[in-house]
This record gives sequence, C-alpha cells and structure tokens, in this order.
Amino acid sequence: MTTVLTAGLGLKPQHYDAALGCRADGLWFEVHPENYMVAGGPRLAWLEAIRARHAISLHGVALSLAADAEPDPAHLARLAGLARRIEPALISEHLAWSTWRGAFHPDLLPFPRTDEALARVADNVFRTQDALQRRIAIENPSHYLHIGGHAWDEIDFLAELARRTGCGLLLDVNNVYVSARNLGYSADAYLDAFPGEPVMEVHLAGHTPDPNLGEALLVDTHDAPVAPEVWTLYERLIARIGARPTLIERDDKLPDFATLFAERQRAEAVLRTPLARAA
Amino acid sequence: MNTPTPGALARFQDAFAHALLAPEAAPAAEVAALTTQPAFAVYRNTVMKGCIDALQANYPAVARLVGEEWFRAAAAIHVREALPTDPTLLRYGEAFADFLARFGPAAELRYLSGVARLDRYWTEAHAAPTEDALDPAAVARLAPETLAGTVLRPHPAARWAWFDAAPIYTIWSRNRVDDAPGDPVDWQPEGALLVRPRDAVEWRALDAAGCAFLDACAAGGTLAEAAQAALEMQGGANLAKLMSTLLEVGAFSGMSRTDERARSRARNKSKKQ
Repeated sequence: MTTVLTAGLGLKPQHYDAALGCRADGLWFEVHPENYMVAGGPRLAWLEAIRARHAISLHGVALSLAADAEPDPAHLARLAGLARRIEPALISEHLAWSTWRGAFHPDLLPFPRTDEALARVADNVFRTQDALQRRIAIENPSHYLHIGGHAWDEIDFLAELARRTGCGLLLDVNNVYVSARNLGYSADAYLDAFPGEPVMEVHLAGHTPDPNLGEALLVDTHDAPVAPEVWTLYERLIARIGARPTLIERDDKLPDFATLFAERQRAEAVLRTPLARAA
Repeated sequence: MNTPTPGALARFQDAFAHALLAPEAAPAAEVAALTTQPAFAVYRNTVMKGCIDALQANYPAVARLVGEEWFRAAAAIHVREALPTDPTLLRYGEAFADFLARFGPAAELRYLSGVARLDRYWTEAHAAPTEDALDPAAVARLAPETLAGTVLRPHPAARWAWFDAAPIYTIWSRNRVDDAPGDPVDWQPEGALLVRPRDAVEWRALDAAGCAFLDACAAGGTLAEAAQAALEMQGGANLAKLMSTLLEVGAFSGMSRTDERARSRARNKSKKQ
C-alpha cells in the first residue's frame, strides 16, 4: 500500500466493526500498543483484521523516555514484537515519563528540560529506534505546572532531540493550545516557531476546563470534540508546513463512529489543498 | 545555560512520584514549588483515575457486587499499596484478590476474594495464547490400551479452581452478566472452569473431581494418574462423562504418550552429551 495517509482516527474497541467496514482514501487508525501486548486472543485478532484493511499507527504511552533510566527492555521487546506483527505506518511516543523505578504511572509526567534530561531522552530515543529499526516521532505533551528549572524551551529541546537522534516529531495542536492557556503564552507564536520539517504526524483532540478551577486550567481529557480555536490553529499550521497525517484522538465519552468520522472528514478537507498543490 | 548536578533528574522523579501518591506528606525540596500549584492535582487525579479505572475494568463482578463507590474507595487503597508494574493495564490487579482477602472492611464478604480470582482468570483466559482446542475425535480414536498412558495438555487459556467454602462460581457468574437470575444461592462449595477455545471466554461449573483431574493433567500426569486423582477427591466420580465434557468445551490443546515423552527425553539427553 503506497496510499498517502491523510486523516486518521483513534481506534476504540466499541468501533471495531464500523472501522473494519469503513472505506476512505488515506484513512488510517491509531492504537496504544500497550493495549495489544498480549500473547493471543480476540484483541490481537481484531487489530490484525483492521490492519488487513487499513494502515495502523502505534502510539505508545509507556516507554517513559524522559525518565532517568533506560526503557524497560522487556517492554521494548514487546513493542518491537507487536511492530513486526502489525507493520505500522508510524510509531510514536511522548516527551514525558511514566514508568519510574518499576512502577507505571498512567499519565505523561513533566520534568525540567535540562542538558542532563536532553542527553538522557536522546539516549533513550536512540535505543528505541535501534530496537525498532526505524524512525519514531516524539510528541509534545500537555503542560499544567510552572516548572522553574527549565534550561531549554520546549521547541528548542524537541528540535535538538530530532537533530541528535534523527527522530521525527508528533505535533499535538490541542496540547499546544492547552499548555499555552495554562502557562500563559501564545499558541500561535509557539506553532509558528515549531520546526515543520521533522513533523511526521499531527494530533487533534478535545479538552475540558478543570472541574474546580474552570477556564483557568484546561485539561487534555480527549473527551470532547476538537475545539474551534484548535481547528483554527491547525488550519494555520497546515497552510505553513504542508500536509501531515493527522489524527482525531478521542478516548472518553465516545460518540458513535459517524460523529468521529465527520471530524476526521473535516481534517481531511484541510489537508486536501496542500496535497493538491503538491500533486 | 546552567549545568545541573548529576542525578538531578532522578531526584526530581523520586520526589515527583512520591508526591503523586502521598498528598499528606511534606513534599521534597525538588517539587515543593510544584505541589503547591493547584494544577498538581491534575497529575494526582489522572494517575489515580487511570489505575482505579483499570481495576474496575478488570474486576467487573467484584465491582458489581459491592457497588461502584465502595469498589473505587477500596481500589484507591490498593493502588497506593501496589501501583501497576506493567503498562499493559489489562494485567493490572494481580494482587487484588489477595488484597481483598485481608482488607478489613471486606471481612464480612468472605466470598469477595474468590470472585476476584475468577475475574482475574477471565482476563488471563482472554489474553492467553491462541491455540486450537484438541479435537475430541482424536482422543476417541485412541486404542483403549494406549489411553491410560496418554497425557492431555490443558489449553493455554484454560483456568479452573475449587472453592471449598462458598458458592463462588454461582456468585461470580451471576455478576458477570446483566440479566442474572435473582433466586437464592445454595450455600455450598463450588468449582469453576474457564476456557477460550475460539475468541470468546466461556465458563461452567466444575466439580472437585474435575478440578483434581485438570490439576493432575497440568502437572504432566497421564490419564491414569489424572483419573486416580479425581477418584481420590470424589469416590463416585463419572470419569467418562468428565473427560468427554472437558474435551467438548475445549479444556485441552494437545496430547502426547508417556512412551513418546520418555523417548523424547532420551533423545534430548543424548543430544546434550
């Protein structure tokens, strides 16, 4: 399959049948590989059935690349095994940590962006790309805390990481919007400064105001449609850097497949202009 | 650009991880300026919710029995004792049945730990390696004189347990489905067998003889030895019916002969020498 990937959808078990039957040019699906690291059974069978008809992206949450430790070799081996089995079009992870001293924290945790952290993350990305024998994309996470110890701003850190390791970047536009609002900077300025060339994938998702703090703190909940402000940022980004495979992420308060597919169609329409120009 | 002392990242992560799960404790210096920000609660809540959601998904019969509020309160205590060690959260909760067995507020609900064990068996069966079940006809074709020395290998998805203090199977199976009958439960010992011959996990009651039979097979015993174990457990056990039932539901995935095993052992030995 040499079809260009356009807009994709996060795949949830509730939508397996609809996803299997769905036909659209450039459509692809993304899953968290951790949910499919099983010896056998229906989960793997479903994923393989989807894979037989659609391109798949593996979007990991557990390599813990920003932890001051090497990725767990057993986990990395399971990821490599799944990648051999599924032959994904893309593999991505986060600029964050989750596993620390043997305990897995199901979240994407922040850290001070120092020289020490950059050296460690770069080493971990090297190890991962070596184990997988391919380039991976690293995603900018959502931020909630003012951390005093940053020596690097996030864009410079990611650009330097890509330069040192050859990795690509996954630019999550909703995370940029949420972080900019929470920490008080301009999302437009951030996106305008983000290096376009290494971007292998773009994420779009919904967010929610914190139940206690309201609009003062936006939480990257993936439980709502993509916000209008995020669509505007996305259109501006694509006009600048060109078409990139774009995912609609939805993990909670799942609507029916047709509703999600309509959001996917909207992203696909944004990608059509630069794709037509490039053709 | 300031150069941090070596190990600063590790010290930050130690302090952050500790502060996530112990909101009452005074934070270490590395994160003292973070835990006072209201947004720190987003991380605390996300980590806790992710773990509790996983336990609730993996232990649905327990959650249904005790109600969501009680379940999530108990699960929060377990999470603080035992965070996941494996990011595949389907496997989280390995120690949850043992936790419930010694959890004070559950002392009156003595069946809860057994129900949790069957929830866990369901998950293990669901994620076990995919293998074809042994064809009952292949066993039926064996000559009667070879049957006694034949070894049946339990299917990798098969799980079974005997509970001698409570009707765990009835309680569990009624709470795995939405429209279970509400008639009274006979308070008696019970066993359970879970299998996954194809995609879906299936379950049925299994008597003490059946559990002893499968235990013997899993330990590599011959059919003669398994039959002996079943009869020791339950004098009048109907072995023919037991075996045909186990074969029909897909409790086995392979068979071998004891003389073949002996020959293969001898071959391996000679290879090593």
